[in-house]
Amino acid sequence: MDTNTDSANLVKIQGENVNVFYGAKQALNNVSIAIQDRSVTAFIGPSGCGKSTFLRCFNRMNDVIPNCRVEGSIIMGDVDVNSPQIDPVLLRARIGMVFQKPNPFPKTIFENVAYGPRIHGLAQNKTELQDMVEDSLKKAGLWGEVADRLNDQATGLSGGQQQRLCIARAIAVGPDVLLMDEPCSALDPIATSVIEELISELQQRFTILIVTHSMQQAARVSQKTAYFHLGTLVEYGDTKDVFTRPQNEQTEAYISGKIG
Amino acid sequence: MTDIFASDFLVFAATIMAAILSFYLAIGRVQKQAVAADTKAHSLKQYYGFYVSLWVLVPAILLALIWMFAADPMLMSAAKVRLVAAYPKLPESFLNLKMAQLGNIAAGYITAPDAVMAAQADLLRAAQDTADRARGLTLAAVMCVGFFYAFRRVSPELRARVLCESFLRRLFFLSAVVAILTTVGIVASLLFEAVRFFREISLVDFFFGTHWSPMTALRGGEAAASDEFVAGSTGSFGMVPVMAGTLLVALIAMIVAVPIGLFSAIYTAEFASRRVRNIVKPTLEVLAGVPTVVYGFFAALTAAPFFRDLGLFVGLDVSSQSALAAGGVMGIMIIPFISSLSDDVITAVPQSLRDGAYGLGSTRGETIIRVVLPAAFPGLVGAFLLAISRAIGETMIVVMAAGVAANMTINPLESVTTVTVQIVMLLTGDNEFDSVKTLSAFALGITLFVITLLLNIAALTASRRLGQRYD
Amino acid sequence: MTDQAEMIKQQAMTEDRFAKIAQGLKKRHAKSRRLKAYGIMAIVTAIGFLAILLTTIIGNGYTAIQQAELQIALTIPADKLQNDNGGIDPDKARKFNWNGLIKKAFRAEFPEVTAMLDQRALGDLLSKNAGYDLRRQIEAQGVIPAAGTKLWIKTSDDVDMLMKGRLDRNIDQSQRRLSDQQIGWVDHLVADDRIRLVFNKTFFTAADSREPESAGILGATVGSAMALFVTVLLALPLAVMAAVYLEYFAPPGRMTDFIEVNINNLAAVPSIVFGLLGLAVFLGFFGMPRSAPLVGGMVLALMTLPTIIIATRASIRAVPTSIRDAALGLGASRMQAAIDHVLPLAAPGILTGTIIGIAQALGETAPLIMIGMVAFIVDVPASLTDPATALPVQIYIWSDSAERAFYERSSLAIMVLLAFLITMNISAVLLRRKFEKKW
Repeated sequence: MDTNTDSANLVKIQGENVNVFYGAKQALNNVSIAIQDRSVTAFIGPSGCGKSTFLRCFNRMNDVIPNCRVEGSIIMGDVDVNSPQIDPVLLRARIGMVFQKPNPFPKTIFENVAYGPRIHGLAQNKTELQDMVEDSLKKAGLWGEVADRLNDQATGLSGGQQQRLCIARAIAVGPDVLLMDEPCSALDPIATSVIEELISELQQRFTILIVTHSMQQAARVSQKTAYFHLGTLVEYGDTKDVFTRPQNEQTEAYISGKIG
Repeated sequence: MTDIFASDFLVFAATIMAAILSFYLAIGRVQKQAVAADTKAHSLKQYYGFYVSLWVLVPAILLALIWMFAADPMLMSAAKVRLVAAYPKLPESFLNLKMAQLGNIAAGYITAPDAVMAAQADLLRAAQDTADRARGLTLAAVMCVGFFYAFRRVSPELRARVLCESFLRRLFFLSAVVAILTTVGIVASLLFEAVRFFREISLVDFFFGTHWSPMTALRGGEAAASDEFVAGSTGSFGMVPVMAGTLLVALIAMIVAVPIGLFSAIYTAEFASRRVRNIVKPTLEVLAGVPTVVYGFFAALTAAPFFRDLGLFVGLDVSSQSALAAGGVMGIMIIPFISSLSDDVITAVPQSLRDGAYGLGSTRGETIIRVVLPAAFPGLVGAFLLAISRAIGETMIVVMAAGVAANMTINPLESVTTVTVQIVMLLTGDNEFDSVKTLSAFALGITLFVITLLLNIAALTASRRLGQRYD
Repeated sequence: MTDQAEMIKQQAMTEDRFAKIAQGLKKRHAKSRRLKAYGIMAIVTAIGFLAILLTTIIGNGYTAIQQAELQIALTIPADKLQNDNGGIDPDKARKFNWNGLIKKAFRAEFPEVTAMLDQRALGDLLSKNAGYDLRRQIEAQGVIPAAGTKLWIKTSDDVDMLMKGRLDRNIDQSQRRLSDQQIGWVDHLVADDRIRLVFNKTFFTAADSREPESAGILGATVGSAMALFVTVLLALPLAVMAAVYLEYFAPPGRMTDFIEVNINNLAAVPSIVFGLLGLAVFLGFFGMPRSAPLVGGMVLALMTLPTIIIATRASIRAVPTSIRDAALGLGASRMQAAIDHVLPLAAPGILTGTIIGIAQALGETAPLIMIGMVAFIVDVPASLTDPATALPVQIYIWSDSAERAFYERSSLAIMVLLAFLITMNISAVLLRRKFEKKW
């Protein structure tokens, strides 16, 4: 509900009056939010509060779920991408996603990263494709570890490496926005810190929305934080402010550990 | 005079009654003993009853089974010895005919043609009666021994329930072992006859020979009976053309079944709504429930003439027993194998992979073709191998619609024969059981068994690899 | 400044890239739609095959439900047949030339037919077993009908086909089974209302015969029923005992693995191999009677065993462990828990699996052919060791015959077989639905 209207920062993407229903059950209640360009925005809240559901609205991943209905607008660059005229395939080329459990395809490391450019026809020839793959792996901080074994199966990598691979895979398509749904919850602390560092780097090029169940992580990586509770956006503001001076008592209760 | 001990029915009835009687006697005994010793019996009273009746019944049943299988051959071989003495100059094959005749006379189905046979039949009947009487007496003796042994052990301390249950457990174990016995039986019987075959025909000739004509097998009757006296007319037993025919028909079947089955599975697993899926899947299963003889009927009497007429119309010469007709209909039969198994395999691919693909901006088609199908590939290969195994082992469709003459060709419009057709043709009809040609059927049989076994193992290994990818 | 320019350049590149992607979208979506279309086409084709299969068989078979018969005025000489009490003497009846009587009476109704060849052609319109049928009918009635009574006599199978419209009148006479002259006579009878189609009772009450009009499926059906009876008797107890053992008593180890591997493998062995087993072991080694439903049942039992074991194990597993644990907790032994508590709850699933296994066994043909149940059997089997045939085998035998009438009857036999199968499968499904408990 709180919107930062600092004119020096562009709004990259925003949601307006978003409601989500699973069948008859309502999961999201009239959520409106404006996300800043090239920032990391964290969605926090207790389990089942709708933060992942809201994240998936941005790239229309809820369309894949049979019973799900999304109402409202998701506006990016003057266009409501939630409208039926917009092709989700095109949208998802602009907005990439990284999932909770690393899900590399059962293919080689190279093929995983090359998948996006291939299907969208982004590379004219083999060399261009190889360059794109190398570039993405570098940006994801994985190139050094896999440069000599690009033709190995991706499933042979460690958990942290697989997740960075998934990030590289998402970046390779060239999106502006990256959605991350609890990307570190399946990883050990070392791998987690590697990814958090990566996020800080990526933030210079991408707008990142990250769902996290760890408040500490939100505090570490994000500039803006949104607190969700039972399908409603309760508070949204600078991370520093939300954590030290929460304006809403529900937010305060969650942050101090009374609920959640 | 009907001997009490000789009658099948009376012996059976007596056994049952003995079992029931011992049941109640045992219960009575343990109850009396418990009262006398002023204690309670270890188990509920019925277990004492079961204990004693099992000791009466089981040895009797075992003996009866052994008798049933052993007595007749023994009687027959004794009768054969007498017959040889009566007809010393008779050759082997005629001797067997006479034995069969003797059996029928003794059983009263036909009347004896001459005095010698009549006398032999009388001897046989007498021997059978003696054997039956001996059986009855032995059974009675065994039951008595069993009864007294068990009855004496009945006491309140006897842990009857435990004993009964361990008997049951052993019985259950034996039931499970029947599966092994069946496999052993199959391998042993096929191997036994096949080895006899390979004494006459070399392994190389059989497995690599390109000429198959056990011609004499198809003549039958008197010609077959006199075969063993005519040297060199055993026919050729090279199974390569037969195997080639089997593979051709199986190939045609797969060409029909794989596209239809796979695309159906893709639709039901990925595109269809739950309602459509719940209607389409069972409907395709119906194809699997149709007996193969019905497919064979359709292939021989509708499909084959149709292809023949179509060929005439287009100017091609299509055999009335074309591999195309047999293979095509076999393909229809195999569709549900592929569609059902593929659907299961495709559905088993984790949703997280699909989400990853959609998240990158894949269309539905791209997700299926580039991500889901490759992930399901080992399982799909397993399904295809099972389907091929089914096609190779199929009998009725080819017996009714494919040819009998071996023909090594890849032309589907011609007639070919398959392994299963040859097995049926060689073993039905008036062929002597021991001749080389009937034994060749067993050689074919064991080859078929081994090939399908290997394919099944390969299928299992392939689908196991599917599970290994997601750890 | 360059930073800004850099950003603008990046922006332009991005827009360029997305424009390119947008261009390619149409083709990609078209591919998806094509894939979906292929799927629908495949399903429609498969169902189409099923429909063609069923319609051809039903189309060919439904007419077999009727049989043609024609009316002849007969005078049966009572003096030649009766015994002293006024009843019918069986010996006399057997020796009497019934066929001759019928043919003569028939010819009398066509006095214009005089040439010997023509008269024979006329006689060929009647069933070759007409005399036998008439004798049976009179013997059953016990009385000789009055002189000149009009009796209905079965026609030959060719006339039967003509009456059902399955004889092509338009092809050349030499290619037909009935000549123009014979067809003319039949038309004459039709005009006089002396020929009709009635319910083909013979089909359901007779065993096999050389003449299609006298052939029925009773022998084969009884043979199948007997064989399946033996199958259930053997397979069900063995399967349940084996399944209970594997689920509750088998120690983990190589023996148990070996047993399970064997069961799974046997489920995929071609049926003809079981036939060879039956031939070599049951007939060859044990010397059991050929063509007997007993042996057929034993072979089918071995084939069905793996199916029922697998179904039983699944049903046992579906019973919640809490039930078994509760029984054990109350002091029951493992055996008691299994037999008194788990099995009754697993019973519906076991029954369903058995019905499905029996349905599969009913359709099996190859193994029964191998053990000899493929002979020409004219009697309905009376015991498990009498030679018999089975319904699918009967279909196989009839399909080999040249007569069009056998083609028609095999189709009807197939319909009967399918009807049995549908009934069994539907009852299995209904049973499953009725007893499916939601734990």
